[in-house]
Amino acid sequence: MDFIFIAQQSFSAALGVNTIIFALAAIGLNMHFGYTGLLNFGQAGFLAVGAYSVATLVVSFNFPLWAALLAGILNSVILALLLGLPTLRLRADYLAIVTIAAAEIIRQIARSATFNKYLGGSDGITGKFGKDFFALNPFKSGLNTPFLRYNGNDLWVVVTGWALVIVVLFVMWLLVRSPWGRVLKSIREDEEAVRSLGKNVYLYKMQSLIIGGIVGSFAGFVYALSRQSVQPDNYGTALTFFAYTVLILGGAARVFAPIAGSIIFWFLLVFIEQMLRQAVSAGYIPEWLIGVNQVGQIRFMLVGLGLMMLMIFRPQGIFGDRKELALDARA
Amino acid sequence: MPAPSQNTSRRDIALAALAGITPTPGVSKPDPIIVADHVVRKFGGLTAVNVSHLEIQRGAITALIGPNGAGKTTFFNLLTGFDQVNEGSWSFNGVKISGTPPHKVARMGMVRTFQLTKALYRLTVIDNMRLAATKQKGESILRAALPFLWNAQEKAATARSEELLTRFKLIDKRDDFAAALSGGQRKLLEMARALMVEPELVMLDEPMAGVNPALKQSLLGHIKDLREDGMTVLFVEHDMDMVRDISDWVIVMAQGVIVAEGPPNIVMRDKAVIDAYLGAHHDSTLEQDRG
Ligand SMILES: Nc1ncnc2c1ncn2[C@@H]1O[C@H](COP(=O)(O)OP(=O)(O)OP(=O)(O)O)[C@@H](O)[C@H]1O
Ligand SMILES: [Mg+2]
Repeated sequence: MDFIFIAQQSFSAALGVNTIIFALAAIGLNMHFGYTGLLNFGQAGFLAVGAYSVATLVVSFNFPLWAALLAGILNSVILALLLGLPTLRLRADYLAIVTIAAAEIIRQIARSATFNKYLGGSDGITGKFGKDFFALNPFKSGLNTPFLRYNGNDLWVVVTGWALVIVVLFVMWLLVRSPWGRVLKSIREDEEAVRSLGKNVYLYKMQSLIIGGIVGSFAGFVYALSRQSVQPDNYGTALTFFAYTVLILGGAARVFAPIAGSIIFWFLLVFIEQMLRQAVSAGYIPEWLIGVNQVGQIRFMLVGLGLMMLMIFRPQGIFGDRKELALDARA
Repeated sequence: MPAPSQNTSRRDIALAALAGITPTPGVSKPDPIIVADHVVRKFGGLTAVNVSHLEIQRGAITALIGPNGAGKTTFFNLLTGFDQVNEGSWSFNGVKISGTPPHKVARMGMVRTFQLTKALYRLTVIDNMRLAATKQKGESILRAALPFLWNAQEKAATARSEELLTRFKLIDKRDDFAAALSGGQRKLLEMARALMVEPELVMLDEPMAGVNPALKQSLLGHIKDLREDGMTVLFVEHDMDMVRDISDWVIVMAQGVIVAEGPPNIVMRDKAVIDAYLGAHHDSTLEQDRG
């Protein structure tokens, strides 16, 4: 077995493009769910809006990339308003239902034949819509070390992506430790108490939904640009649930949780896959037990098992505070 | 509002203002802070609140009593915007506020606590307090990320929070999660938190429920202090000793209707009141009163 290769693959994944995408998606969810208690089950919709805004506007409407990115942010704000205006006055579960449905509607619209011309139907959009971005790449030759290996384009995405994550995280950190963040946390605990103290709960929930949604659209930007293509089925409910997994793995309502969760999630996924793959081809695992083609599914089973163990033995996540979680039971 | 002179307390002022008012339901007061008219709230076939006219005297401590299910909490919910009426209107400081959402009611200076305490569990005690400070610059999304704009205000809010926590004997719990407080301590926290809003009218829904006798005494003191600080207090309570001890005026509700109001010593001997209470359940403290 080639352990150097396994390590290289696993570490490259741990700091790679997918980790960045899911970290951003989970940072947005942390604002919604971790701090405000909003059950947004449609984070995939915000990613789709970000990704499709970039791809469609550049490819079909010849927008310059920067303008398409700005439009993507604007569109995610519009989506947040559409979702929030009718539901944020209602009980928490309504938002959950509406968001999960909205994300599916967005995906179905993207795949529909009607808008094939602009959105590319079920094939999505492939094109050089990221060329302005990759034109700026100073690392054309990529990186090849025993632990990390990226090609030129990926390295550029990884470097800019992590820079974006750090900036977003810094802003989040400033926000959640401010009096504004305190209002959000209080809303999570008891909306009526917050109302009785003179705060406009609806407005704060809307702001939280918008900010988390914008960060979700950033994840969509990275998703689209890194692959130079968008495909509707990448933005299904599974994406939202993986983002939740990442968040809960790290520990909800902790600023760094989404990053830690995403790194661990992708490291494990790739590590387990590579180990299994090599073990099967080296004959350590008999073919009748696990075939090479089954490795892709089995890694998810094992990661799922690991997550179940985590929830049983460390329900507060990696960074969470068990004491704080226990308070819930008492309340 | 005139400052109390050396030897006339606000209590004397309140009592003087209320003296000589006929103790009948819906009677006018010289200086009402709340005036309510034809307030009706129905739950299906049940009329939970049906108040034809009610005035609450400014600067006084008014008790709202009545048997379980009389509609006291519902009436509180209506006045503070947490529930919607079927009919009726009311004003606060002469301004009509029926239909106003709860956060605006609170900002106008009318703050309530809840019968089922609403402590913010996964916030510390001090954060529970700081949250309630008013007009915080740092609560605006545009300024939140720029701490230098709100640091000074935050310090002032912290100082005031600590002062109130000391007064309510919770300062030792400053950095504990609110969920770690006992039921009685949560009641205290909720009351202290309401005061952070600097209200003109404080509405307390059963502030004494679950509070031990020693603490009750100091809580009684705090409520009297509120009046001395110029606030108006309206509270719901089943503890008749407390009602007798601190209230300047008592309003009695039964089946949604105001059945009596007047000074405590008169009202608590009123036949309608005793009937209202004893009709629903036997309350020993009132029975003693009758004897
Ligand atoms: N949300 C609701 N839906 C239906 N009925 C309700 C609702 N809230 C209150 N009621 C009914 O309205 C009546 C008044 O209830 P309320 O809570 O105001 O009583 P209360 O005077 O505060 O009693 P207690 O002293 O027990 O707190 C009760 O009969 C109650 O069952
Ligand atoms: Mg009640």
